[in-house]
Amino acid sequence: MKQMNWKELPHAGTILDAGNADGYETGSWRSFKPRWIEENCIQCLFCWIYCPDTSVTVKDEKMTGFDYKHCKGCGVCAVECPGKKGNKAIVMEEEGK
Amino acid sequence: MTTATKTKMQAVTGNQAVAEALRQIDPDVIAAYPITPSTEIMQRFSEFVSNGKVETELILVESEHSAMSACIGASAAGGRVATATSAQGLALMWEMLHIASGYRLPIMISLVNRALSAPLNIHGDHSDGMGARDTGWIQLYSENAQEAYDNSVMAYRIAEHVDVRLPIMVCMDGFIISHSIESMQFLEDEDVKKFVGEHKQIDPLLDFDNPKSIGALVLPDYYMEHKRAQHEATTKVKQVVLNVSAEFGKKFGRDYGLFETYRLEDAEVVLVALNSAAGTIKDEVDRYREKGVKAGLLKPRLFRPFPYDEVGDALKNAKAVCVMDRADSYGGHGPLFMEVASALYPHRQGPALFNKVYGLGGRDLMPHHVDQVLDETIEVAKTGAVKMIKEYITVRN
Repeated sequence: MKQMNWKELPHAGTILDAGNADGYETGSWRSFKPRWIEENCIQCLFCWIYCPDTSVTVKDEKMTGFDYKHCKGCGVCAVECPGKKGNKAIVMEEEGK
Repeated sequence: MTTATKTKMQAVTGNQAVAEALRQIDPDVIAAYPITPSTEIMQRFSEFVSNGKVETELILVESEHSAMSACIGASAAGGRVATATSAQGLALMWEMLHIASGYRLPIMISLVNRALSAPLNIHGDHSDGMGARDTGWIQLYSENAQEAYDNSVMAYRIAEHVDVRLPIMVCMDGFIISHSIESMQFLEDEDVKKFVGEHKQIDPLLDFDNPKSIGALVLPDYYMEHKRAQHEATTKVKQVVLNVSAEFGKKFGRDYGLFETYRLEDAEVVLVALNSAAGTIKDEVDRYREKGVKAGLLKPRLFRPFPYDEVGDALKNAKAVCVMDRADSYGGHGPLFMEVASALYPHRQGPALFNKVYGLGGRDLMPHHVDQVLDETIEVAKTGAVKMIKEYITVRN
C-alpha cells in the first residue's frame, strides 16, 4: 500500500473510516495458535467472552472456530476453556509445526 | 472608521476584563481548577453561570491535568472550550497541552503569567508561558487589561480559523495586570457575539452518523508526517492573526499586529520586551526621545509562532538591541532573546544584541531600571561592543 505524505493525511490524523482495524491483520504477530477440539467443547462461550481481539467466531450462538487473520495467539481462550471432563476444547500449538 | 457602538471607559482588573470576554463569548464548556493569580477569572465566571448569564457548562475538576483533559474531550466532541490557569497549573497541564495541539483542537487558555516554583512564588513572570513554548499552542501576549480583553475576543477567530485549528493561550502578567485596576473599554455583548461567530468543529465526535476515531497510535512510519502537517498549520497563523486583527481594528478602532512598535521607525537604541514591562519602557523611551536619543521599543504580541522575518526586518536598522526576558533558561540565554537572535541572524551586520533577565517572581521593573538598560544600550550602540551577552538586572549583587 502506498503511504500517504504529510499533505494527504486527514485533518488532525482523525480516523474517518470507523472500524478500519478490521483491515489490519494482526494474525501475523502470532507465535502460538489456538486449535479448537470440537468434541471437547460444551459451548460455554467463555473463549468468546474473554478474547481481547474478538477473534472467536460464533454463529447462531455456537462457537465455530477462530478468525486467524486477527487472532494474536495470546492464549487467554485456552486458559479459560473449562473443556469437558478435564479435556480442553482449546489448545495452543506452536506456529509452523 | 469604526462601525461598533462606543462604550464608556471602565475601571477593572485584568482578570475581570478576561472574565467579561468569556461571558460575552459564552463558550460551550469551561473546565477549570482555579489557581492564583488567575483565580478571579473563574470566580467571576462561576457567578455568571450561577446567575444564568451564560449557557456554558462549567466543569470543576480535581486538577489542571484533568481540566485540560476535560477541555480536550469537550472540544473533540464539538464544543467551543476554554480554561484559565497560571504557573504550576499550566505546568501540570503540560502533557495534555501537546495532545490538544496534536489533535488540532482550538481550545483557549487565559494564562495569567506567574513564576514557576521552586522557590514557591505566586507573582508574575513568564516562566510558565515560556515553558509551554514548544507545546504547539499559539501564544498571544498582552500588555494590559485592554489588550488581554481584546486578545481574548480575537482568540477563537484565530484558533478556529480553518487554516489554523490550533489551541491558543492569551497571556497577561500576574498581579501587575491581573489584579491592578485600570481603565479600559469593553465592547457591546452583541458586537462580540457577532465578531466571534459560530463554532463548527471539524470532524466532531458527537456526530453519530459519521463515527470516527481520534488519538490512534502512530508508529515511526507515520509520526513524522503528522508532525510536519501540524507545523504547516502554525505557518498559517501569522496571516490569520493579521487578518483578524485588521477586521477587529476596522470594527472597534483598536489596532493590533504581530507585534507593537513604539517609536521604532528611526530608532537606533531598541528594547524588546513582552507584556506589562512595555508600558514602563514606553514612558522611558519618551523621556529619552526628549533628550534627543533615538530610542524605541518592540513588544511582541504573537510569540508562537514567532514572526522571525517581520521582527528581523523591524530591528535590522537599529544600532543596538537589548532583549529583556522575564523568564530564564538556566544555562541558556533568555527565551525571548533566543528568538530575536534567530530573527536577526539573516542580518548579521545589523544591531549589536544583548540580553537582560529582569523581574523574576514578580520583582518590579522600575523606570530607573529601564534607564540603566537604555544607558547601556546607548553605550553598546556607540562602541558596538557587548560586555556580557546575558546578564541579570533588578537583582542584588
